[in-house]
Amino acid sequence: MMLRIRNLSASVDGKPILRGLELDVCAGEVHAIMGPNGSGKSTFAQVLAGRDTYHVVADELSFQGRDLRQMPPEIRAREGIFLAFQYPVEIPGVSNLYFLRAAVNAVRAHRGLPELDAVDFMSRARDEAKSLGMDDAMLKRSLNEGFSGGEKKRNEILQMKLLEPRLAILDESDSGLDIDALRIVADGINTMRSVDRAIIVVTHYQRLLNYVVPDRVHVLIGGRIIRSGSKELAMELEEKGYGWLEEQAAAERSEYKPGAKRKRDSAQPQENPQPSRKVS
Amino acid sequence: MVRDPKTIDMLTRDYPYGFVTEIEEDSVPAGLSEDIIRAISSKKNEPDWMLEWRLRAYRQWLTLKEPTWANVHYGPIDYQAIRYYSAPKQRGDGPKSLAEVDPELLRTYERLGIPLAERELLAGVAVDAVFDSVSVATTFRDKLEQLGIYFCSFSEAVQKYPDLVQKYLGSVVPYSDNFFATLNSAVFSDGSFAYIPKGVRCPLELSTYFRINASETGQFERTLIIADEGSYVSYLEGCTAPMRDRNQLHAAVVELVALDDAEIRYATVQNWYPGDNEGRGGIYNFVTKRGKCQGVNSKISWTQVETGSAITWKYPGCILMGDNSTGAFYSVAVTNNYQQADTGTKMIHIGKNTRSTIVSKGISAGHGQNSYRGMVKVLKSAENARNYSQCDSLLIGDKCGAHTFPYLEVKNSTARVEHEASISKIGDDQIFYCQQRGLSAEDAVSTIINGFCKQALQELPMEFAVEARKLLGVSLEGSVG
Ligand SMILES: Nc1ncnc2c1ncn2[C@@H]1O[C@H](COP(=O)(O)OP(=O)(O)OP(=O)(O)O)[C@@H](O)[C@H]1O
Ligand SMILES: [Mg+2]
Repeated sequence: MMLRIRNLSASVDGKPILRGLELDVCAGEVHAIMGPNGSGKSTFAQVLAGRDTYHVVADELSFQGRDLRQMPPEIRAREGIFLAFQYPVEIPGVSNLYFLRAAVNAVRAHRGLPELDAVDFMSRARDEAKSLGMDDAMLKRSLNEGFSGGEKKRNEILQMKLLEPRLAILDESDSGLDIDALRIVADGINTMRSVDRAIIVVTHYQRLLNYVVPDRVHVLIGGRIIRSGSKELAMELEEKGYGWLEEQAAAERSEYKPGAKRKRDSAQPQENPQPSRKVS
Repeated sequence: MVRDPKTIDMLTRDYPYGFVTEIEEDSVPAGLSEDIIRAISSKKNEPDWMLEWRLRAYRQWLTLKEPTWANVHYGPIDYQAIRYYSAPKQRGDGPKSLAEVDPELLRTYERLGIPLAERELLAGVAVDAVFDSVSVATTFRDKLEQLGIYFCSFSEAVQKYPDLVQKYLGSVVPYSDNFFATLNSAVFSDGSFAYIPKGVRCPLELSTYFRINASETGQFERTLIIADEGSYVSYLEGCTAPMRDRNQLHAAVVELVALDDAEIRYATVQNWYPGDNEGRGGIYNFVTKRGKCQGVNSKISWTQVETGSAITWKYPGCILMGDNSTGAFYSVAVTNNYQQADTGTKMIHIGKNTRSTIVSKGISAGHGQNSYRGMVKVLKSAENARNYSQCDSLLIGDKCGAHTFPYLEVKNSTARVEHEASISKIGDDQIFYCQQRGLSAEDAVSTIINGFCKQALQELPMEFAVEARKLLGVSLEGSVG
C-alpha cells in the first residue's frame, strides 16, 4: 500500500474542511477524485503535500508505511510526493530551468544520487519540454511569471516528468487547457504510469478521464469521499451532476454530531453499493 | 514553519566576521581638535596643502549640524569619544611588499576570505586592504604599473601623485559637502586611489577591503578613482568589522571621475557588523559616494549590496555633466533584526542626452526599517534627458517596514522620467511551492530573494555575485518561520 488514509480531518481557523476522509492507493494505480467546487479537493491535495496552514487530525496518514505527519513538506517531496498545483505560484527573477535543476538535485541528493551536471540536465529538460509542446524560451523565463494558464499547467507536468515522483497528485491539471493541450498533458500523464508509481488526478471533467483512464473514481463532497467506483462513475456524474449525491451527503451530515465518538465504519455511507475501499 | 534542525542552527548563527585581531596599534588619543588633525597629518608625513585642506574642512565642520532628515533613529554620537586614527604598528617605514606585512594581519584577511597572495592571480583581482585606518598592502602593483595604472593607498598617492590628487580631490565631493563628508575631509586617514590612463582598459578587477578592528575607533577612508579618456575600470569594495557591543562610526567618502568616453563600474558589498539581534552594537555607516561623468559619452555605475551595519546612510549618485553620459545605480539593501537603512541615489542631469537608470531592491525582515530615498534632477541644459527608476520592496514578517521617498525636479520639458514602485511580501504559498519541489525552507527563501534581486545582482562581477548571493542568504537566515 503506497498511501493509506484513515479518518482524516483538516480545518483552518476552526473551520472544518476535510471530515473523516478515507482512501487507499496502491502503486501502479490511477485514482480520480471529483467533486463540486469548495468540497475540499485542493485542501486534500495540499494536506498530502504537507501544507501547514491546515490543522490535521487522522487515525492514519501513511505513505510507503511511514507516517506523513512526521515529515516536513520538502522531505515528503524528496520521498517522492509530487503535487501539480491548481494555481502554480509565480516566482519572479528565478529562472524556470534553474529552479527545476535545484529541485531535481534536491531530490537526487536525498536518494543518494549524484547531482546532474548542467549540460545533461539542460538536454533532458529540453527534450521533455519539447514533448509537452513548450519551447526553450519557457525554460529561460522566470518561474511561472506571466505564463498563461495553460502554460503553467504544462510547466507543472514538465516538473513532474523531471522529478519522477512515486506519488503524483495532479490538481486540475486539465483545467484551462485547449483541446490539443489537453491531449498533450494527458499523454504526459500516461507516460508516467508505471507499476511502481501511483497517480491521483483531481478533475471536474470526464474528458480527461477518456485519455487517462482511472482505476478508481472517488467523489469528494463536504470533506469526505462519499462514493467510490470504477471509471463508469465518472460518466454517471457527467450525466447527472452531484445533486443526487449531495442530498445523500446532507442527510448523512445531519446524523453526524460533532464531538460524538463515531464508529470508524460510518465514514463510509451505508448505502454505497460498492465498497469504496479496496482490500489489499 | 521552520522544522529543519539546520534551520534552527542557522537561527542562532553568529556574524562570521566578528573576531578581533590581537595586534599592536599605533593611534592618536580620542577626540577631535586642530592638534589631532595636525598629528594625523604629520604621522602621514603630508605636504602642507593637504594639511591646509584638512583644517579648512575641520573649521567648516565646526559650523555644521548633524543631519536629521534621514528616516533613521539613533542616540547622540559623541565625536570627542572617537579615536580618529589607529594603525597597526609597523616596522620602519611601512611595508614594501607582502613579506613585510604583519603575518597576523595577513591571517586576518585570510579568515575574511581575501587572500592577498598568489591566489589573487587566479581571481584576477588586485586588492588594496585597509585595516582600521591605513592601507596595509596592495597586490599586483607591478602588473598594473606596466599599463600606467596607479593603484595604491590614498596616503601613498598624496606622496607619489600629488598633482592628480590635488586636481581631483574634492572635485566631486567638496570638503564642505555635508556633515559627515566634511568630517571625513578633516580626519580621513587612508583609503584607495586609482588612476587609469587614456585608452587603457584595466585588465583586473580592482578591489579594496576595509576592516575596522580597533575599538572606539572611527574609520574615515577616502577613495578617489579617475578614469582618463577612453579608459575602463571595474572596482569592488568590501567591508567587515569585529562584533562589539558599542556602535562604531564609519564615515567614508568616495569620489569617481570619468573623462570623455571613460567608464567606471563601482561595486560595494557592505557587510559591516550589523549589531546583535536585539539591536546592540553595530556600525553606523554614514557614507558619501558620488561620481562625476565629466566627459562626453562617459559612464558610471554604482552597484551595491548592503547587508551589514546597524544604520546605513548612503546615496551614491552621479553628476551627468558630459553630453550623452550615463549613470546607473543598482542596489540591494537588506535590513534584518533592528537594522535601519536610508539609502538611494542622486542623479543630476546636466548634459544633453544624459541617461540614468535606478534599480533599487529593498528587503526588510525582523524589525528592520528600509527606506529608499532617490533624487532625479534634470537641469535646464539637459536636453532629452532620460531616467528610469524602479524601486521594489520585499517584506518578510510584519514587524518590519519599507518606505520610499522619491524626489523629482525637472527643468527641461524634453526630459522623460519614469518611476515604478512595488511592495510585496514573500508569500507562504511561494515558500510552500518550493518546498513541495524538495527545497528546504531556507533554500526556498534564498531562491525567492535572489530572484527578487536579480536585476541588481547581475550587475556585479561574476565572482562577487556568488559571494553576494551567499551573503544575502546568511543575512536573512532565520527571518522566515
Ligand atoms: N486557507 C484557507 N483559509 C480559509 N478557507 C479555506 C482555506 N483553504 C480552503 N478553504 C476553504 O475550504 C473549502 C474547500 O476548498 P478547496 O480549495 O479544497 O476546494 P476544491 O474542492 O479544491 O474546490 P475547486 O473545485 O473550486 O478547486 C472552501 O470553502 C475554501 O474556501
Ligand atoms: Mg481546487
